[in-house]
Amino acid sequence: MPLSIAVCVKRVPDTAAEKKLDDGDKTLDRDSVESILNPVDEMAVEEALKLKEANEGEVTIVCAGPEGAAQQAIRKALSMGADKGVHLKDDSLHGSDAQGIAYALAQVLKKGEYDLILCGAESTDARTNLVPPAIAEHLNLPNLNFVKNVETSDGKVTAHRETDKGHDVLESSTPAVLGVVWGANEPRYPSFKGIMAAKQKPLETLSAADAEIDASKVGLDGSKTEVLEFGARSTERQKNVVDNKEGDAHVKLADFLQQQKFI
Amino acid sequence: MASPERLMHLLSEDERALRKMVRELVDGELRKLSTEYEERAEDPKQSYQKLAELGLAGIPFDPEYGGGGERYLTYLMVIEELARGWLALAIGLGVHTLACDGLQRFGDSSLKERYLADMVSGRRFGAYALSEPASGSDASSLSTKATRSNGSYLVSGQKQFCTRGGEADLLLLMARTSGEGPRGISAFIVEQGTEGFTPTKVENKMGWRSSPTWELVFEECPVPEENRIGNEGEGFKVALSALDAGRLGIAACSIGLAQAALEASLRFASEREQFGSRIIDFQGIQFMLADMATQVEAGRALYRHAASLKDAGVDYSTEASMAKLFCSDVAMKVTTDAVQIHGGYGYIEEYPVERYMREAKALQIVEGTNQIQRMVIGRRLAPR
Ligand SMILES: Cc1cc2nc3c(=O)[nH]c(=O)nc-3n(C[C@H](O)[C@H](O)[C@H](O)COP(=O)(O)OP(=O)(O)OC[C@H]3O[C@@H](n4cnc5c(N)ncnc54)[C@H](O)[C@@H]3O)c2cc1C
Repeated sequence: MPLSIAVCVKRVPDTAAEKKLDDGDKTLDRDSVESILNPVDEMAVEEALKLKEANEGEVTIVCAGPEGAAQQAIRKALSMGADKGVHLKDDSLHGSDAQGIAYALAQVLKKGEYDLILCGAESTDARTNLVPPAIAEHLNLPNLNFVKNVETSDGKVTAHRETDKGHDVLESSTPAVLGVVWGANEPRYPSFKGIMAAKQKPLETLSAADAEIDASKVGLDGSKTEVLEFGARSTERQKNVVDNKEGDAHVKLADFLQQQKFI
Repeated sequence: MASPERLMHLLSEDERALRKMVRELVDGELRKLSTEYEERAEDPKQSYQKLAELGLAGIPFDPEYGGGGERYLTYLMVIEELARGWLALAIGLGVHTLACDGLQRFGDSSLKERYLADMVSGRRFGAYALSEPASGSDASSLSTKATRSNGSYLVSGQKQFCTRGGEADLLLLMARTSGEGPRGISAFIVEQGTEGFTPTKVENKMGWRSSPTWELVFEECPVPEENRIGNEGEGFKVALSALDAGRLGIAACSIGLAQAALEASLRFASEREQFGSRIIDFQGIQFMLADMATQVEAGRALYRHAASLKDAGVDYSTEASMAKLFCSDVAMKVTTDAVQIHGGYGYIEEYPVERYMREAKALQIVEGTNQIQRMVIGRRLAPR
């Protein structure tokens, strides 16, 4: 059966670049840095493309954000092989926190009929891990989070999750919302032809009104979290010296490695 | 901001996405692979396949045959980016493009259907066989013979210095079909594996070690008449026209290599400290870096200018020679200075610049030595 898959993506500042926050409203100054498609979202796109290749179907990319950044994110995913894009663009969304964006994306997703909704489990800039479960809550759908190796059959989806304790195999009915974990796969490079084809693919732009978004739940004012203060992260390294005065340095060292979960 | 980044503003949106993709490919995997393949002096078949998968084997060629239909300028941008990480691979793609170019411009439609479609998709890669043991710069004196026999030609002779001649699926081969001089030469497509065609020896080289350079021997090798490109006697024209385009490729390779050397030098000079300060803060070093950056920028502008003439359908052969001459000299100078800036560390294999310097040298020799480029440019300037 052909699958209808939506992938929610986000544009993030280049992981390697130095980031600046706006002194005024304490949001990220997205113009000051080169931005890229969130690497974890790229893995979600790759997972969706693999599912499409195995089952046939269609992959729709959904992105909320300002004109240039969001469209570049969508275009990148389209050049990898996704079929169409939906861009939610509205100034009222500026400054929305994870809850606000999840609500807004859920409103957009309600307009389509999707068997699977994939997200990167986290973004490399905010790292809240909140969006996929929050979308699932808003849509009243099951949520499989931090997963990889997604497969579908007869209205069911299975996925795998590695934890500290072992390996979970999760199964649920579809539709479902999945948060794809970092390292789930190696995203493909967009091909030359994919790049050239991307701008021919349909891209729909929605306003907050189009998506019937309640303005009081989004934007800086609608956010339940507030950034009070920010500062540079201290780069001082923690230094632990293991002494061998009592001849037990090897034990201390082993304990340390175990605490840090290295062994 | 480094000036190659400012170039982004002059590129179309597609070109920007393409450049970004190639950068990710180079920084993500190719540069690392290049070190291994250079060390083993091995042809990276899989990397050529990767280029093919990504649609990079036929960027400037006819969409009718599955090519990308893009400007030559766009193709050169990709070549420069590849050369920034792996010169030998960029050269291999350049040689393939040389073979495609001859076929696209002079081949009839049935020959193009048979070969060009496979080549621009990268299902089959091409090589270019002009040079011979006794005929290098004086290419029109070549002596490999193609003699007619029952609707075919029988090719006999020896080719020298054929890049990927043993790995490529198809050769664009120049051979003599009649009397002396350029008018006696014809061009052919020869399939790898044809009986009587044997890649006999791989040269052991100073650089470009992951780009095998072959001696090829032909002993009454049968080539069907349909595989001739253009008319009998037009082969030298095919060879030279492909070389014009190829020289732009060498120019772009040169700038990619020089850019890599410049970037390595900037990194090193910002980290290395002597006399209590970073060496990049010494004016003596800064002036070297300033000259290197200026030359790279000038070279890039020159080859892009020549390519724009080609894309506009204007005669660009003089400018192609100028670009090949200037950019390969820039590559030699910039990579030599890069070694100097690295001091002793520049001379050892732990840093990439000694390899860059070895690699630059061949750029001044291939596809017409820089003496020959000056000769071509000078002849065009001198009134007849
Ligand atoms: C790594 C590598 C890859 C190559 N790949 C290919 C390939 O794929 N296909 C191919 O066909 N060839 C290839 N070549 C061959 C290359 O094109 C020739 O080496 C080049 O054209 C020079 O020819 P030659 O080596 O015979 O030198 P010669 O022509 O013998 O030149 C020797 C010297 O004399 C100078 N000279 C010659 N004539 C003049 C003149 N009239 N005035 C002033 N100076 C002159 C030259 O500049 C040079 O300095 C490759 C060469 C190398 C090194």
